[in-house]
Amino acid sequence: MKKLLKYLTKGYMKETVLAPLFKCIEAVFELFVPLVVAQIIDVGIKNGDKGYVLCMCLVLVGLGLAGLAFSITAQFFAAKAATGFSKTVGNALFRHIQTFSYTDLDELGTSTLMTRMTSDLNQVQTGVNMTLRLLLRSPFIVFGAMIMAFTIDLNAALVFAAAIPVLSIVVFGIMLAGMPLFGKVRACLDKLLGRTRENLSGARVVRAFCIEDKETAKFRDENDKLTAAQLTAGRISALMNPLTFALINLALIVLIYTGAVRVDEGILTQGQVVALYNYMSQILVELIKLASLIITITKAAACGKRIQSVLDSGEGMTGGAESEGFTGYKYSVEFRNVSLRYKNAGENSLTGISFTAKKGSVIGIIGGTGSGKTSLVNMIPRFYDPTDGDIYINGINAKDYKLDALRGKIGVVPQKAVLFKGTIRENMRWRDENASDEEIMRALDTAQAKDIIEMREKGLSCTVEQNGTNFSGGQRQRLTIARALVGSPEILILDDSASALDFATDAALRKALRTLKNTTVFIVSQRTSSIMHADKIIVLDDGEVVGVGTHAELLGNCPVYKEIYDSQFRKEGGETA
Amino acid sequence: MKTGKGILRKILRYIKRYIALMLLSVILATLTVAGTLYIPIIIGKAIDLIVSAGNVDFPAIFILLLHTGVVAGITALLQWLMGAINNRVTFDVVRDIRNDAFRKIEELPLSYLDTKSTGDIVSRVISDADQFADGLLLGFSQLFTGIVTILGTLVFMLMLDPWITLAVVVLTPVSLLVARFISRRTYSMFKLRSETLGEQTALIDEMIGNEKTVKAFCREDESIEKFEEINERLEKCSLRATFFSSLTNPGTRFVNSMVYAAVGLFGALAVIDRGASGGITVGELSCFLSYANQYTKPFNEISGVVTELQNAFACAARLFELIEEPSEVPEPEDAVELTDAKGSIKAENVYFSYVPDKKLIEDFNIDIKPGQKTAIVGPTGCGKTTFINLLMRFYDVTDGTVSADGHDIRKITRKSLRSSYGMVLQETRLISGTIRDNIIMGKPDATDDEIKAAAKASHAHSFIKRLPQGYDTVIGEDGGNLSQGQKQLLCITRIMLCQPPMLILDEATSSIDTRTELKIQDAFSKLMKGRTSFIVAHRLSTIRDADVILVMNQGSIIEQGTHDELLAKNGFYAKLYNSQFDTSAET
Repeated sequence: MKKLLKYLTKGYMKETVLAPLFKCIEAVFELFVPLVVAQIIDVGIKNGDKGYVLCMCLVLVGLGLAGLAFSITAQFFAAKAATGFSKTVGNALFRHIQTFSYTDLDELGTSTLMTRMTSDLNQVQTGVNMTLRLLLRSPFIVFGAMIMAFTIDLNAALVFAAAIPVLSIVVFGIMLAGMPLFGKVRACLDKLLGRTRENLSGARVVRAFCIEDKETAKFRDENDKLTAAQLTAGRISALMNPLTFALINLALIVLIYTGAVRVDEGILTQGQVVALYNYMSQILVELIKLASLIITITKAAACGKRIQSVLDSGEGMTGGAESEGFTGYKYSVEFRNVSLRYKNAGENSLTGISFTAKKGSVIGIIGGTGSGKTSLVNMIPRFYDPTDGDIYINGINAKDYKLDALRGKIGVVPQKAVLFKGTIRENMRWRDENASDEEIMRALDTAQAKDIIEMREKGLSCTVEQNGTNFSGGQRQRLTIARALVGSPEILILDDSASALDFATDAALRKALRTLKNTTVFIVSQRTSSIMHADKIIVLDDGEVVGVGTHAELLGNCPVYKEIYDSQFRKEGGETA
Repeated sequence: MKTGKGILRKILRYIKRYIALMLLSVILATLTVAGTLYIPIIIGKAIDLIVSAGNVDFPAIFILLLHTGVVAGITALLQWLMGAINNRVTFDVVRDIRNDAFRKIEELPLSYLDTKSTGDIVSRVISDADQFADGLLLGFSQLFTGIVTILGTLVFMLMLDPWITLAVVVLTPVSLLVARFISRRTYSMFKLRSETLGEQTALIDEMIGNEKTVKAFCREDESIEKFEEINERLEKCSLRATFFSSLTNPGTRFVNSMVYAAVGLFGALAVIDRGASGGITVGELSCFLSYANQYTKPFNEISGVVTELQNAFACAARLFELIEEPSEVPEPEDAVELTDAKGSIKAENVYFSYVPDKKLIEDFNIDIKPGQKTAIVGPTGCGKTTFINLLMRFYDVTDGTVSADGHDIRKITRKSLRSSYGMVLQETRLISGTIRDNIIMGKPDATDDEIKAAAKASHAHSFIKRLPQGYDTVIGEDGGNLSQGQKQLLCITRIMLCQPPMLILDEATSSIDTRTELKIQDAFSKLMKGRTSFIVAHRLSTIRDADVILVMNQGSIIEQGTHDELLAKNGFYAKLYNSQFDTSAET
């Protein structure tokens, strides 16, 4: 939290100081009001001086005006500091997230990051704003009122000195006692939410097994628990108003009585008693404001802590200085005894992987779900670093490359075909800012995506909605393949990227990819037909390489490969193959 | 506003059950306000008795102060009671509405659930209900007391002095005008702000949501640039909106202090002119001043409460919208119970479509004998699930009939029809509870031995055994740490346990590794022996021995027959089957 506040004090020091300061000055004007009223009673009324009364009432108006001016200034500074702070933190947070490695992203989860950036940040902004406006002002009025009471009369002021701590204990005690109870309410609500979601997303199962009544009974039970928790929490907070009301009136009784004695003794005047009475009322209002402010601040502080934890986490990934590697080196990619264990995972996802990929060759990677295919190709652009062993690109360790130089060599087509808001042209230029239309069209042609553009009126300038929702799954997949091809990458990785394509398009795509003589292509697939013509096929099973070779070799010497092949092809085997 | 009234009526229907408590709450509110307003009068009287040195009527003051104490005590007690009652009514009403909403979820036709987003319905049942509760509570506790306070203060003030009252009444609404003026002016600023905020959220959603892709293409700097540009604009419009809207408070407070000054002026003059034509005492002046504060407060509060209530009504409207959705078509009175189904399934002239003008299944006929194995094949998204939807009566046919054991399934109770099927879907769904709870879903009274036998048959026993609490291990809705394959094994165990007369396997083994799959296939074929079964499969090799193969494409059944028949036909199935081997395009 402290570190977050740095953004406030560094960029918005002036506003952060001035906002509460002006608020306090405004409070001073408010504190003068009862004194003026006392003067009206003791001087104006006593002497029947209407001019004086009018004069004093004008003073009241003046105090109001001055208060207005100061508080408007304060509001401005507070708003400025709060919005500026949230902008600075937002930028810092976004920049920081951009430095995250894949491991960091896995650990924090994108949905968490998104709530941090949106609702948490918003809460913090409100919190800062309210804090600057009220956190000093309310105690200032409470103690100011007490001090004013002391200036009027010591004995009467002692009533204040006694009432304020008791009232504070009650107000803050109730709040503190309520907070864990509200936490319990939230927990009950979360449970209810889980039950509701489960019954919606699992509606078919619930109905297939006819457990609607049972589920309803469970929901009712949890709902009753929620209501009970709400009632308990409500009962505590419902104490606030009656208790403070009773206390303040008790204090008033004592105050009036003390006042009566002091007036009788000739020490106080009637107007001063009225002034003391007014101060007492002001205190209650401010204490309740303060209590609700503290709830806002606690919430904001919790959000701030969550934001801070994001800023503190993430190890990022650093690169070396290399940018090219040995030109003309025989192998484009080399794995030397590579193992990978994801952070916090109990077991290796990949163990002892070694293979070489010749420049310009096509490498097929096949294996069952969870066998480590994606993990393997994700290590080539250093999305994850091996926990053991090394990967060489053009004969140089991948870790010695500058990150953007390394990734610049590689065109990746991820499993999830994502397009970004903008035009097709903008999307196609992700790898190469300056790619010409001609170049883009060539890539689209190779990716079998030319027809998508030709169908649209605006061609390359055709707009893409967020997540590419205005394109079908198959179209998106072909477009993401084209995106990776623009700028002629040295290495192309297709991670199960043809799953939404029909067999004919898939085959045409593979044929076109073969014409890229200078690109080493990695094809990850579960379909034997997608990889059977690769120069080299790597068969993975449970994180280990169980076979390397061509289709014909593997059929002869790799039982896992044969098993996969047989499950997809007729046993009597490949009349057309 | 007409709809607003309708919603109010619906809310009142729920409140009606608690009408006695509500009435009590209203009475308590009135009494509380009366007490609150009465105290300044007594104190004012006491102040009048404190005139100057040696001129203080102690015995009378004593009685007045005692009065104050008693009134304050009673008022506090009533206030507390009122709070408790308001809490009770609010939370009970919301509980009732929530229960109804959940019950409705269990009764809604699948067509509704399939087309509405889960998040939207969940947010209705959870957060809308929650906000409604907040609004309702605030409405109960502040709206009514607020109005009574305003009225009560007016009456008390009028009793004291009509002229000063007039000053207060004329001036106070100015603060409302100020508030309205500001909120109207800031409306467009807030609109711009929420638009910009929406733009920013969309960008965050897009960039952070796809951060891995962003990183794969080294587009970090570009996305930072975009973000900061929007953030810059957001700061500007946030500042404007925040600042101008935060003028409301100083503005209304300024008006209030003007009211205060006016009361001070007219009050003091009235005290000075006392005697001739009424006038007031000093104590009454202090009472007036305290009223001036109290009178303006509810005005400021009420405008807040009204917005809150409007919001609560909007939330209630969304809840009622859900509750009033039509349920599944009710079962006819004379619906048959399907017991020990033999498993003959017949579809005659069936027409079906999800959307009226988008034809899907047309004139579909099939006659499945008891014990036959039916396979459904076709490319992804061809509508294989549609067929299952019709079998289980998750959807009703548009025309024609589907019958089971000779009964139109619309004349069979849903419960008995559905429990005649055992269903394993590709998408595994577990419920939060123990492993055992998840297994016994279809047969709640199963013995431990039966459960174990079923788990062994599905090869789930060995992993369940290794879980910390075995069969009593609690898993969450998403299955906790279980792998996709393990979850699927659990779903299969459910079926193994209840041994239903008919089976539906929709890619039931897609997440299970090939070796275990072979074993499970084995268990399945044992289970399927003599049972009518429907199998959806990707891998054509697994369904070659089916009695009937239905070939689906783009939602309709285009071919049906046995494997050999279909191959001989050399149609879509043959093409699909051969395309697995077709590599001519490449070589």
